[in-house]
Amino acid sequence: MSDLADLNVGEAATGLRAGDFSSVELTDAVIKRAGITESHLHAYLTFDQDAARDAARVADDARAGGEDRGPLHGIPIALKDNMTTRGTETTAGSKILAGYVPPYDAAVVERLQSRHAVILGKTNLDEYAMGSSTENSAYGPTRNPWDTERIPGGSSGGSAAAVAVGSAMAALGSDTGGSIRQPAAMCGIVGVKPTYGLVSRYGLIAFASSLDQIGPFARTVADAASLLEVIAEFDIRDATSYRGERPAFSQALEEGVAGMRVGVVTELSGDGIDAEVAAACRAMYDSLANAGAEVSEVSLPASEYALSAYYLIAPAEASANLARFDGVRYGLRVGGATTEEMMARTRAEGFGPEVTRRILLGTYALSAGYYDAFYGQAQKVRTLVRRDFAAAYEKVDVLVSPTSPTTAFPIGERTADPLSMYYADVCTIASNLAGDPSGSVPIGLDNQGLPIGFQIMAPALHEANLFRAAAEVERLATFSHRPALATSEVRPA
Amino acid sequence: MPVDIDIAKVARLARLALTEEELRQYGAQLVDILEHAERVSALPTEGVPPTSHPLPMTNAFRPDEVRPSLDREEVLEQAPEREGEYFRVPRILGEA
Amino acid sequence: MSGWEAVIGIETHVELQTRSKMFCGCAVDFGAEPNTTVCPVCLALPGALPVPNQEAIEGILSIGAAFECELVTDSLFHRKNYFYPDLPKNYQISQYDVPLCVNGHLDVEVEGEEHRIGITRVHMEEDTGKSLHGSETGRIHDAEYSLLDFNRSGVPLVEIVSEPDIRSPEQARAYAAELQRVVRSLGVSDVRLEEGSVRFDANISVRPVGQAEYGTRAEVKNMNSLRSLQRAVAYEIERQIAVIEGGGEIVQETRHWDEGSGKTSSMRSKEESEDYRYFQEPDLVPLHVDDEWRERVVAGLPELPAVRRHRIAESGVDRQAAAVMVEAGDLADLFDDAVAGGADPRTVGNWLSGDVVAYLRRNDTTLQETHLSGAHLQELAEMVREGALSSTAAKDVLGRVLQGEGTPAALAAKHDLIQISDSGELEAEVDAVLAANVDVLGKIRGGDMKPIGFLVGQVMKATRGKADPKVVSELIRTKAAEG
Repeated sequence: MSDLADLNVGEAATGLRAGDFSSVELTDAVIKRAGITESHLHAYLTFDQDAARDAARVADDARAGGEDRGPLHGIPIALKDNMTTRGTETTAGSKILAGYVPPYDAAVVERLQSRHAVILGKTNLDEYAMGSSTENSAYGPTRNPWDTERIPGGSSGGSAAAVAVGSAMAALGSDTGGSIRQPAAMCGIVGVKPTYGLVSRYGLIAFASSLDQIGPFARTVADAASLLEVIAEFDIRDATSYRGERPAFSQALEEGVAGMRVGVVTELSGDGIDAEVAAACRAMYDSLANAGAEVSEVSLPASEYALSAYYLIAPAEASANLARFDGVRYGLRVGGATTEEMMARTRAEGFGPEVTRRILLGTYALSAGYYDAFYGQAQKVRTLVRRDFAAAYEKVDVLVSPTSPTTAFPIGERTADPLSMYYADVCTIASNLAGDPSGSVPIGLDNQGLPIGFQIMAPALHEANLFRAAAEVERLATFSHRPALATSEVRPA
Repeated sequence: MPVDIDIAKVARLARLALTEEELRQYGAQLVDILEHAERVSALPTEGVPPTSHPLPMTNAFRPDEVRPSLDREEVLEQAPEREGEYFRVPRILGEA
Repeated sequence: MSGWEAVIGIETHVELQTRSKMFCGCAVDFGAEPNTTVCPVCLALPGALPVPNQEAIEGILSIGAAFECELVTDSLFHRKNYFYPDLPKNYQISQYDVPLCVNGHLDVEVEGEEHRIGITRVHMEEDTGKSLHGSETGRIHDAEYSLLDFNRSGVPLVEIVSEPDIRSPEQARAYAAELQRVVRSLGVSDVRLEEGSVRFDANISVRPVGQAEYGTRAEVKNMNSLRSLQRAVAYEIERQIAVIEGGGEIVQETRHWDEGSGKTSSMRSKEESEDYRYFQEPDLVPLHVDDEWRERVVAGLPELPAVRRHRIAESGVDRQAAAVMVEAGDLADLFDDAVAGGADPRTVGNWLSGDVVAYLRRNDTTLQETHLSGAHLQELAEMVREGALSSTAAKDVLGRVLQGEGTPAALAAKHDLIQISDSGELEAEVDAVLAANVDVLGKIRGGDMKPIGFLVGQVMKATRGKADPKVVSELIRTKAAEG
């Protein structure tokens, strides 16, 4: 029998329903895989085998009792460690939360548990999801499964790496400026950032509230769609939760792109995009046209400014969101003679350099005398970005571009230069500013054997279009490569 | 355009006890980032309303219903310092 | 303070008595054990999100409408950023440039003169937790450490900001008192100063009479009664005048009122001016109040105290009595019940503002506990009108009703207090008195009416006070005329 850890979610669900194997067997296979890969990758911060086996047993018992809670019933899934889990340490990759055990579950965690999904553990991330490489974790970096000297992307690098090697069948990440799509691209898997408001943020440790959104990682487009269908639910505990009907996402997967209008984003096609990445994407535009799509070029003029606007808006919101980490009620405390001193020392000691930098940046951008020039202006640019998208979507059904301007870069290459690191998000940020859904699908490898991701963007609440195009890209790309680590022959390092 | 930052004041506002060396370093990085971010001012935005929120929604409320609170022990267990039923902090300097 | 004019604005914080907190489902329960009405949201645990309480929004809209504010169509929540250990998020969710209610007013009366005080804005925010200071003095600076209780964190708070239209300590007190009455009449808060469910902070400056510009102002906090508000304002005005006349300058600062010493003192000033870095709260969506909602709020307002006082006084009740009843609210409710049932307003008004108030005070009880109803008052008033009870007997019965002994009719009968008003029943008694006083009767027949009173008194004596003197007097006149 082939290794169960190599199955995708759809295949595993079929096998579980047919009784070919149990969730405990499936979970054990994934645990075994993690036992091999973790020493190479460090994808997880917390991996709770016992809890996972218990959950698998519960899922099996329920199924034996005639229950079927849908496509995730009995499927082992990983969570980015910025989603709170009752009774399980949740750190957001920060030293300031070392040892913090939340007394409540995030909405998505409740949702997964209610569908009898098996939660494996908590994956590594850039501290508070601030970063594009997972190097900003206080607990050490995660490595790229395709080349362990390279970064897996970020900030959800742990989730992406785990899914890529089969130490999770699927995972949840969060995306504020590309933190699902960019690591998905760099790890050769599928990642989707849904429409803002589609998935409850209750229990997601906030980075930038108006941009953060939880979404799925999976090895296939269909898996990503079914995972998103499970977690996309209205939640009264999140005032920004979308209150309307959730359209079905997975129905259009087989429709193909004939007649679909596909817009290639001019500003994300040339300058600053690695030649191999650009070439692979151009080839995909042609393939889509051959498959019947009406492919045209579309300009988003304000998108040039999106990165700058983002690096004002996100830090500003973060500077307030992270004020609560003060050493009073939970987490780290560094002593001081006064509360003021205790708070300032705790925060200086507890936050890493990138988080400190962004808190300072955001505090400055909001402060008296600078608000209008920085934060205020950035919010107006955000309006222009939204208008660009609205105008584009009058002409096309989806927009496409590379997900990342480069493939995975070496660990340590950009840590000393924040601006070059920020540039890794140049293709993904505009969708967050607009609040629109966007996903990444692997389309090939560069000459160093590193995966290239293809980004598909759609108007708000039009996930069905996104998945329809993504499924076609997946078929056209026939991307069947697996990282060498995702095989049973590899031994623990 | 040069960006002028009183980095020590920003750090105080953000309650971060940074060393002189750290202040100097972060100050320089912030200048770099902000000079890049200042590109946003290049875009004409007269009459453009700001976007604070990606979705056009209003009036998301909850009904006035009492929900269970947390167990006090579970909450206080996470406290860096407690005294009996309270969280404890060192002397408070300013008054809010 | 001759030659000087005081300029005073008052910021009022009112805690709304909703069932649950502003942004979470924790109970609003001031008696709860420390740190028991707390949850991820009001403790600011990582990942928690605020969701506004609809009832609290309704509450603030009714407060705004009561002050005849404009209820703003589109308003926003902002984050006000400052670090303080009793503020778990280290920002307060508040409203900044677009509050829910703007441009209202409140009319107050001081010594018979009415003053209109502008209300700049009424906005929604949340309360902080409480800190207890571990020191003998209880003063924050002397404490070695502080203890935090977050039960109050997130309780809905309405801030009402007046224009600087107040000119004297008396007006300040009248404003605060009338504001309390208005809010109480809406049923959204009990506005008790002693319990902290209402707090008044006064912004005070002085300027030479005739000067248009305002002087530098100081904000005075920590007044826990209307009397201390008045005293603090008076003290601060005098202090500022003395400073200026002494060649000094007023510093813009926050000052602490000390009830014991009767003085205000400067609170430790912060190193630099606050920079709250307000920005729109991204976890919340805008508020939209459409015409339908606005109309519903206005239609749902109760009769406001000023209108009610006026109406009750118009019905014939003494103005002071009307004010006493409206002040208490529940007394005016009983009054309205009784009068709606047909009782004489003046009679009921006098009972409620006099006898009932005195009874409650004497017994340190509340109207609710007495079970006195509008129907009781109406019954009692009817018995007086019919002549079944004398006004003295009525007060006796009222006292017994207040003690819960029974209904007026039953009590009057039980204690044999019913007046004899039936002329047939009284005729024999009158005849007997006339027969015994023939000479007096003669005088009356001779045209001297004065002795009628004497004869009535004799009949009252004979009936042990139960005869209706009006009926007796009528009978005597008739019989004298017959002769």
